[in-house]
Amino acid sequence: MNLIDQKFKELKKQDKTALIPFLTMGDPDIETSIQIIKELEAAGADIVELGLPYSDPLADGPVIQRASERALKHNINIHSCLEIAKKARQKNVSLPFILFTYYNPVLQFGLESFFEELQAHQISGVIIPDLPIEEDEEVRAISERYQIHLIPLVAPTSKDRITSISKKAAGFVYCVSSLGVTGVRSSFYDGIDDFISLVKQSTDLPVAVGFGISTNEQFAKFSKICDGVVVGSAIVRNIEEQLPLLQSAETKEKGLLQIREFVAQLKE
Amino acid sequence: MFNVPDAQGRFGKFGGKYVPETLMNALIELEDAYKHYSKDKEFQNEIRYLLKQYSGRPTSLYYAERLSEHLGGAKIYLKREDLNHTGAHKINNTIGQGVLAKRMGKKKVIAETGAGQHGVASATVAALLGLECKVFMGEEDTKRQQLNVFRMNLLGAQVIPVTSGTRTLKDAGNETLRYWVSNVHDTFYILGSVVGPHPYPMMVRDFQKIIGEEARKQIIDKEGKLPDTVIACVGGGSNAIGIFYPFVNDFSVKLVGVEASGKGVHTDQHAATMTKGSHGVFQGSMSYLLQDEFGQVQEAHSISAGLDYPGVGPEHAYLKDTKRAEYVSITDEEALNALKLLSRTEGIIPALESAHAIAQTMKIAPTMEKDQVIVVNLSGRGDKDVESIMHYLEGDYHESD
Repeated sequence: MNLIDQKFKELKKQDKTALIPFLTMGDPDIETSIQIIKELEAAGADIVELGLPYSDPLADGPVIQRASERALKHNINIHSCLEIAKKARQKNVSLPFILFTYYNPVLQFGLESFFEELQAHQISGVIIPDLPIEEDEEVRAISERYQIHLIPLVAPTSKDRITSISKKAAGFVYCVSSLGVTGVRSSFYDGIDDFISLVKQSTDLPVAVGFGISTNEQFAKFSKICDGVVVGSAIVRNIEEQLPLLQSAETKEKGLLQIREFVAQLKE
Repeated sequence: MFNVPDAQGRFGKFGGKYVPETLMNALIELEDAYKHYSKDKEFQNEIRYLLKQYSGRPTSLYYAERLSEHLGGAKIYLKREDLNHTGAHKINNTIGQGVLAKRMGKKKVIAETGAGQHGVASATVAALLGLECKVFMGEEDTKRQQLNVFRMNLLGAQVIPVTSGTRTLKDAGNETLRYWVSNVHDTFYILGSVVGPHPYPMMVRDFQKIIGEEARKQIIDKEGKLPDTVIACVGGGSNAIGIFYPFVNDFSVKLVGVEASGKGVHTDQHAATMTKGSHGVFQGSMSYLLQDEFGQVQEAHSISAGLDYPGVGPEHAYLKDTKRAEYVSITDEEALNALKLLSRTEGIIPALESAHAIAQTMKIAPTMEKDQVIVVNLSGRGDKDVESIMHYLEGDYHESD
C-alpha cells in the first residue's frame, strides 16, 4: 500500500489531521535538509513535501523563491534531491515523502525514469503545480504504473473543474486556500469553507489545504474541515531565519531545535 | 498541415497550457471571449478603426533601393512597422487585447515588459481605452531603460520593478503571471508576444498577422509576384509570426527567422533559443528553451533587450520542426553593423531587434539574383536604442549593461 494512503488511514482512525510541512531541498545544503526532515518527523509531521528548487517557480511567492535561489546557487539538482530522500530513509525517517516540482525538470529527466527513481527512493507522491489536468494524461498513466500518486491542486477558481480534477486525483486532493501564490497570509479566500466542502463532496479521497497557512490557530481551524494541512512558506521562512545558526557547526543544533519547536507548536 | 493550433492550443507537440490551476478558468474564459469576439463585426471594426486612425496603418512597404544597390543582389523591401504609433509592431497586439479586455468588462490590465516597448504600447492603449494599467519590469531593466519607465508613468501606468531571479524580462513574465493568479477575477493580462499558455500564442498571432496580410498584398501590387524570402527577427517571435503567417501556405516563399546570438553561439551569452535550445516547458507552453541538463532555465543575452529571452513562441518551434521556416542567428556585432548600414544608406535607424533581420539580409541578398525579392520586417525604430548604442560604440556597454 502507498505510504500516503496508509498514513491517512491511520490518522482517520485516530480522528487526526495530517500536518504536511514543506521544505526546499538543499536550502541551505544537502546535509542540513536531511537533518531538518528528521526534525520535522520528531516534531510530529505526518507527511513531508520535498520541494525541488527551480529557476522559475511560477506558483511560489518570495519566501520559496529565495529558498530556491539559495539552493540553486549550490547546484542542487534532481539527483541531490533523490539523495536527500535516500539518506533520510537511512537515518530511519519513515514519513511518507511527496516531491513538489515544476514540470520542466521532470520532462528533462524523462517521465519514465523520473517515476522509476521516485519508486526506487520510496517517494510516494508528486505535486506538479504547472501541470493541469488538460496536460497530465501521459504523466498520470506512468505514475499509476509505478503506484505513485499524482496529487492535483484545486483552486477557489476551479468551480466546475473540481469534479473532473477529483475524478483523476490520487493520494489526496490539495485545495489552494486563496487566489495567489504560496506565502504566509492572514486571510484566506472568502468562500473557503464552502469551497472545501464542495471538494469533499466530489471525492472519497482525503482533502488537504495549503498556501499561506502559518499558525497553530489556522491549523486548528482547517483541521476541523480537512484531512491534511500543508505548511510551506512559514517553515521555509523559519529555516531562512535560522540560517546563521544552521551554517555554523557550533550553533547548528540550536537552529534545528528552533525549527522543530516551530513545527511542533503548529499542532498544539 | 499549418492549420494550427488545435482545440488544445497545440502546434504539433508545442504550445498547450502549463499553468497553475488557479489560472485555468481564466484562460478558458479568455479563449471563449476571444472566439466570440473574433466573429463579432463591431469588435473587428473597432480594432480596424484604431489601427488605421490611431496607429497609422497600413504601414508602407518601402523599396530600400540604396541598400539593395549597396548589397548588389536581391531587391529589398522593408515592411515599415517602425512607423506605427509608439514606434513598433507591439501596438497591433495591445490594441487588440485592450479592446478585448474592455469588451470582457475588465477595467484593469497588466503587462510584462523587457526593454519597455510592450509596456509602453500597453500603457498607451490603457490610456486610450480608460483602463488601469500596471507594468511589471525587471529591476535591472528599469535602470537600463529609465526613459521608458518615465514614458509609462506619463501615460498613467504604474511600473512595478521586479526583484526576483535575473531581474529581467523572464522574471517580469513570472511576476506578471503571479500577480494575475492573485487578481484573476478583475484583471486582464495583456501578454506581449506569441508565447505563454493557450490562447495567447494564437491570439497574439491573429492580432499581428495584419503585418503579413498587408505586406503580401503590397508586394504583389509592386512586383506582381510573391517575394522569394521573408525575414524577421525572433525573440518571443510576434513580429515574425505576424509577417510569416499569411505566407505560410505560399510554399515558394522562404521564411527566415533571425535569433540573437549575442556574443556568439559558442559562448554562454546568447539568446539563440532554437539554434542552441531544446524542447521544454516555460511560462505556460511547450517550445524550444535555453536550459541546462536538469531543466533549469538559463539566462539569455543579447544587445537587444527585445530578443533577450530564453524561450520562443510555440508556433515558431512548430515551423522549425516541420521545416517550413528556417532559423538562423546574428551576433551583437553583426546587428550593430547592420544598424549603421541601414542608417547610412536609407536614413532609417532601426531598432536593435530589427537590425538582426537586416544583418541576415546583408548575408543573403548578395547571393541572390537582381530580380529576386526579399521582404524584411522592420519591426521597430531605433530611437529607444540610441543611448545604449552610444555606450556600446564607446566601449563601455558592458559596464552600463
